[in-house]
Amino acid sequence: MALNPDFVGRSYPPGAPYLVGREKVREFSEALGVTESVSLDVDAAQSRGYTDVVAPPTFAVRLVMAAAESVALDPDLGLDYSRVVHGDQRFEYSRPIVAGDELLSHVTIDGIRSVAGNDMITTRTDISTTDGEHVVTSYTVLVARGTDSETA
Amino acid sequence: MTGVDVGYEIPSRDFRITRETLIRYAGASGDFNVIHWNERIAHEVGLSDVIAHGMLTMGMAIQVVTDWCEDPSALVDYGCRFTRPVVVPDDGVGATLHVSGTVTAVEDNIATVSLKAMCADVSVLGKAIARVRVG
Repeated sequence: MALNPDFVGRSYPPGAPYLVGREKVREFSEALGVTESVSLDVDAAQSRGYTDVVAPPTFAVRLVMAAAESVALDPDLGLDYSRVVHGDQRFEYSRPIVAGDELLSHVTIDGIRSVAGNDMITTRTDISTTDGEHVVTSYTVLVARGTDSETA
Repeated sequence: MTGVDVGYEIPSRDFRITRETLIRYAGASGDFNVIHWNERIAHEVGLSDVIAHGMLTMGMAIQVVTDWCEDPSALVDYGCRFTRPVVVPDDGVGATLHVSGTVTAVEDNIATVSLKAMCADVSVLGKAIARVRVG
């Protein structure tokens, strides 16, 4: 099923703020095998001028995926979420995410196209603090694999 | 970090990925997609076995850059394409991800690092590029 092209440019309101927890940053860092002390040790982070532990560069995916899901599950868009895989991911940073940040995710549909029977949707998620300071922008391409009959 | 030249190879690193790695990452990231922990479902959707989260691979790969530049604020941008899955068998060994990176450009104190993420001699990330402030 082709996606509704009218959705390009559509924005979704941010949900409740995401409060970045110190232990969540540590848990995420350990799961990735991070050895940088600024991500694991509060004293090390503070001695480098950060208020608390620093999240690894891909930590924003927690917020991005929640935001992308609100798009993907929009029934009017026509995306079959069970066929969706992550195609591309890019982050543009203003600064690293730090424990204690309260973050809002503004998601916009940047593009919709169909390639070889696969639907591709690009979402842009602008992540900023509740005070309006930009932290990171994510560009995510989700690919909905077409069924065999559609690709034939 | 001043005077970085094009062609410089940043220190590489190996990451071991087992089923335990996937379970830990699922919990830490909130991505509980069953193809990352359930063999039965993985087979049903045509995969040879459970596969790693693309974002786990992406999150591991960037560490060669953050380890090298030692300053989390230095990262300007980072992107990649998920080209091939990292298959993680339940055989007590798992998979090994070998990550290396080469400086391909230096302009206005920003170095472009092209990353290679290899699993069993197969490249699993495409166009994996990070840009970091240097000097």
